[in-house]
Amino acid sequence: MTNNPNVLVKISNAGIQKSGKWLVKDVNLEIHRGKIVTIIGPNGSGKSTTAKIVLGLHKKIEGNVQTFTKKISYVPQKVSIDWTLPIRVLDFMVLTEDLKPQEINDALNLTGVDHLISRNLRDLSGGEFQRVLLARAIAKKPELLVLDEPVQGVDFAGEVALYGLIKKISEKLNCGILLISHDLHVVMSATDYVVCLNGHVCCSGTPVDVARDKHYKELFGEKSSQLLSIYEHDHDHVHTADGDIVKENV
Amino acid sequence: MFDDFLFRALIAGIGIALVTGPLGCFVVWRRLSFFGDTLAHSALLGVLLSVAFDLNISLTIFTVSSLIALLLLRLQKTTNLPSDALLGLLSHSSLAVGMVILGFLSFIRFDIMGVLFGDILSVNVNDLLAIWIGGAIILLVLWFIWKPLFASTVNYELAEAEGMNPERVNAIFTILLAALIAISIKMVGLLLITGMLIIPTTMARNLSNNPKQMVILSIIGGLLSVFIGLYTSFEINTSSGPTIVVVALILFILSLIGIKKRNYG
Repeated sequence: MTNNPNVLVKISNAGIQKSGKWLVKDVNLEIHRGKIVTIIGPNGSGKSTTAKIVLGLHKKIEGNVQTFTKKISYVPQKVSIDWTLPIRVLDFMVLTEDLKPQEINDALNLTGVDHLISRNLRDLSGGEFQRVLLARAIAKKPELLVLDEPVQGVDFAGEVALYGLIKKISEKLNCGILLISHDLHVVMSATDYVVCLNGHVCCSGTPVDVARDKHYKELFGEKSSQLLSIYEHDHDHVHTADGDIVKENV
Repeated sequence: MFDDFLFRALIAGIGIALVTGPLGCFVVWRRLSFFGDTLAHSALLGVLLSVAFDLNISLTIFTVSSLIALLLLRLQKTTNLPSDALLGLLSHSSLAVGMVILGFLSFIRFDIMGVLFGDILSVNVNDLLAIWIGGAIILLVLWFIWKPLFASTVNYELAEAEGMNPERVNAIFTILLAALIAISIKMVGLLLITGMLIIPTTMARNLSNNPKQMVILSIIGGLLSVFIGLYTSFEINTSSGPTIVVVALILFILSLIGIKKRNYG
């Protein structure tokens, strides 16, 4: 149990199995008010699964998940709108909560897409759609914001700007943010804590600590941490193809 | 005034069109048209049970269709068969079981064509009450679950993550569909009720650019189909259920002109 009022979500030893195979296991993390936690990891490493565990979308999980807020916003990795459903940005903004026109406009303005308010969602480009998704999530003024690859399809300059915006939002709304990304470089400046995932937590800590970590380098290659001073430490295990840990003979 | 069969038919038709409009939108958005068919086919079983045991027809259909719907939800969880196979299984078995039971009931005079295609002109005052009271309850419930139902239609996990309960509203919606089928079988028949749900709605999709507009247009489409269809069937002496659906089809074809203009002009 935790008594810290700043803790929004606490998950301990969480994991999920599907047909006998672990999608992700032994995940421990806490999300605090006003802080950004970033999950990084290669494809299939369980990033989205972990986000869904945090959101309570998986029912049969191992371990323990405690959530201390109900004001949650979610930007899923993929939202596809069926042609049969005509829906404008305006309709999408009030999907889960009624908002004042001013609140809608402000949020769209923040992500730079207020001019698209009466456009149909299906007519937006990938980058525009991501900005609308983000605007909808922040317009609700959530206490916990879960963003699954929120800047996919956004151009590089926009990407940097949006990460800056996410940082600003966490301060302004004092909300906890769980951010999923596969690229540590860009998110670095906007992150307080990094969890590096590959079926389980490989390493975690501040962005600098993680970039120096041996396991991070194993996963992402030497180049990705080149900019940082190199820090070596003993590693006592290797990974099999499905992410299991095998102790190395010492 | 309620003595006039044509007037009763009109009142019944208006009541049903008001409900099929909004429900039909969700059926199309959620890709449930085959599901609607399955519920409608299972209604034959309900009709026969009500005849055999002298039960209230609407309540029996409602019960049987709801049970089939819940059975489907259960099967979806416990088997690995895809939904369309499960729907086909339930749809055709309930139709077949219904027809076999009908064989046992040979001592009862039974108008099978009326059940399949509807007999709007036989609608009595009790049916009108069932349609309007049942319809009002359906619309009221839909009003209350509109937001979570719509949100989970757009994105199930997003709705669930943000504190809505998609599983519950989906189950409620299913029961609303069963209720609609129960009150409208007599009028449009079990083979055509999905047509009333789908056709005015697809017409509305061609002409609208937001969800509310689509709901309103599909209600208008349904009402027009009822007005024109009833009048025509009376004038040229065709059966009214199919005529209403044919009018809806013509309206749909006309709406294609609208969509062409929008896309190219």
